[in-house]
Amino acid sequence: MAEKVIVCKELTKRFGDFYAVNKISFEVNKGEIFGFLGANGAGKTTAMRILCGLSHPSSGEAQVAGYDVYQQAESIKKNIGYMSQKFSLYENLTVAENIEFFGGVYRVPAAEIEERSDALLQKLGLTGEAKKLVGALPLGWKQKLAFSVAIFHRPRIVFLDEPTGGVDPVTRRQFWDMIYEAAASGITVFVTTHYMDEAEYCDRVTIMVDGKVEALDAPSRLKAQFNANNMDEVFYQLARGAKRSGD
Amino acid sequence: MKQFFAFIRKEFFHVFRDKRTLLIMFGLPVAQIVLFGFALTSEVKDITLTVIDQSHDVNSQQLVSKIKSSSYFVVTEAAPGFNDIAGAFKNGTAKCALIFPANFGSDLQHHGRAPLQIITDGSDPNTAKTVVNYLTAITTAYQQEINPGKPLPYLIIPEPRMLYNEEGNGSLNFIPGVMALVLMIVCTALTSVSVVREKELGTMEILLVSPFQPLMVLIAKAIPYLILSLLNFILILVLAVFVLNVGIKGSIVLLFLESMLFIITCLSFGLMISNTTNSQQTALLLSMMGMMIPTMIFTGFMFPLENMPGVFQVIANVVPSRWYFLIIKAVMLKGLGFKYIWKETLVLLGMTLLLLAIALKNFKTRLS
Repeated sequence: MAEKVIVCKELTKRFGDFYAVNKISFEVNKGEIFGFLGANGAGKTTAMRILCGLSHPSSGEAQVAGYDVYQQAESIKKNIGYMSQKFSLYENLTVAENIEFFGGVYRVPAAEIEERSDALLQKLGLTGEAKKLVGALPLGWKQKLAFSVAIFHRPRIVFLDEPTGGVDPVTRRQFWDMIYEAAASGITVFVTTHYMDEAEYCDRVTIMVDGKVEALDAPSRLKAQFNANNMDEVFYQLARGAKRSGD
Repeated sequence: MKQFFAFIRKEFFHVFRDKRTLLIMFGLPVAQIVLFGFALTSEVKDITLTVIDQSHDVNSQQLVSKIKSSSYFVVTEAAPGFNDIAGAFKNGTAKCALIFPANFGSDLQHHGRAPLQIITDGSDPNTAKTVVNYLTAITTAYQQEINPGKPLPYLIIPEPRMLYNEEGNGSLNFIPGVMALVLMIVCTALTSVSVVREKELGTMEILLVSPFQPLMVLIAKAIPYLILSLLNFILILVLAVFVLNVGIKGSIVLLFLESMLFIITCLSFGLMISNTTNSQQTALLLSMMGMMIPTMIFTGFMFPLENMPGVFQVIANVVPSRWYFLIIKAVMLKGLGFKYIWKETLVLLGMTLLLLAIALKNFKTRLS
């Protein structure tokens, strides 16, 4: 039995009488790549924010890395990494300064920061650009760097909120290679995306429609269940009944 | 602590790489000091004066030459029969006119009294009043001169002195005022942008997900601005002392500490604005445009607060720069010690704590 790193039971977030997230329940295993799919406004970002401690749930239960989201948000924060759909690095800081800053904020020891950032820059092929401002890098590199920074402190779980938006297919492929590598090293990856081809890369996917979880399984089994050739068709069958349009 | 230093370092990088911010921070004070110190002077010099002398005697000549020798007037003697004073005021060739009646000298010598008319351009009342004062003073002095040894009976001669500023140096009042104004605007504006910038860029989310304490975010954001503002204060002070010749009579240490308190008040105010707005533009507009005029008016260095209607005097009390202005005037110009300014200091301290509390309360640790 795999270790559960995220457990949600009937998790709900209400704004007035609008249920952004409506009684969702799921579990995520350690080292898993867990995809979180849904149209704009389906509630995936809200759900993810609750799990990161950025937002309080209205009701229901959730544990992240073994800590309760109501009581132990600070402990959760130490054990997760986060990369948002908006850009997560400081554009007017250099590559090296960004790494140092986030390493410092997550209390990575100074010697470790140096060692790990050297290795990281080498891996990304950015050694020559360490002193360049991040704002001057192409978007694909920024996103790869942002992901590396998000897992720099070796969190147990990393949350990725539409990490590949606007990135070209080749870079997206490379980005997913990095995700696989992280998962192989034991980091659980929780990723939201719009791209259905990316959904195929996940171990399991959740499809949210109007704040509810409509499907949750491995991509291959979802395809069989909905008698579809690809995830696009699965998603379309589920999402066309949605009442909420994009936000 | 290491975490904290990492943050402060990052804030410094932000400030130093933002040339626009640096320009505002150090350019504004220099510009203001120069403008207020040189351009906006309350002293009146080189007033154009038209003399219409219908008497042309020894006394009128002597008085005119006395006026000429003072540095305040540029005297032109009107042609005989000249009558168009209003015209001269209108086309700007004269600011005031001095008219000796036909029998000025003989009246003075035979009757012991003679009228002398001063006409000034009242469309500029401040200058007009100053001109009248100058001319009256010169006339009185002349009067005493021609009556040596036999002072007129019961003559009261006021001998005014401007204490703390004998030369009437206009910079003396402006400098503390400009210091208050500049520090208030610069500190508030820069910090007001700092938190809201991260909200706009989306990096605030990342900070909130991190284990960094919200209170620490605020403190770490304020520290670089505190250091830069202190440098700024020193720059203004150096300019004041060496360029505008404003001496510091009181304790420099006290001045520095009080200024630091005031800077912290302004930083808290900036943080409060930053935490309650959602865009850099709003924050900047609020702190620069919104604050500039009230600060200028209610600090009390341009227009005396005592002359304002009661409501405005009450409003002035909530403007921090008003209290700081009182403090530095007392320390810089009068050389007073702490026991004369503890009340003002207490008010500033109270404001700071209140503003910080509001700033903290509004610092959203969660997104919704």
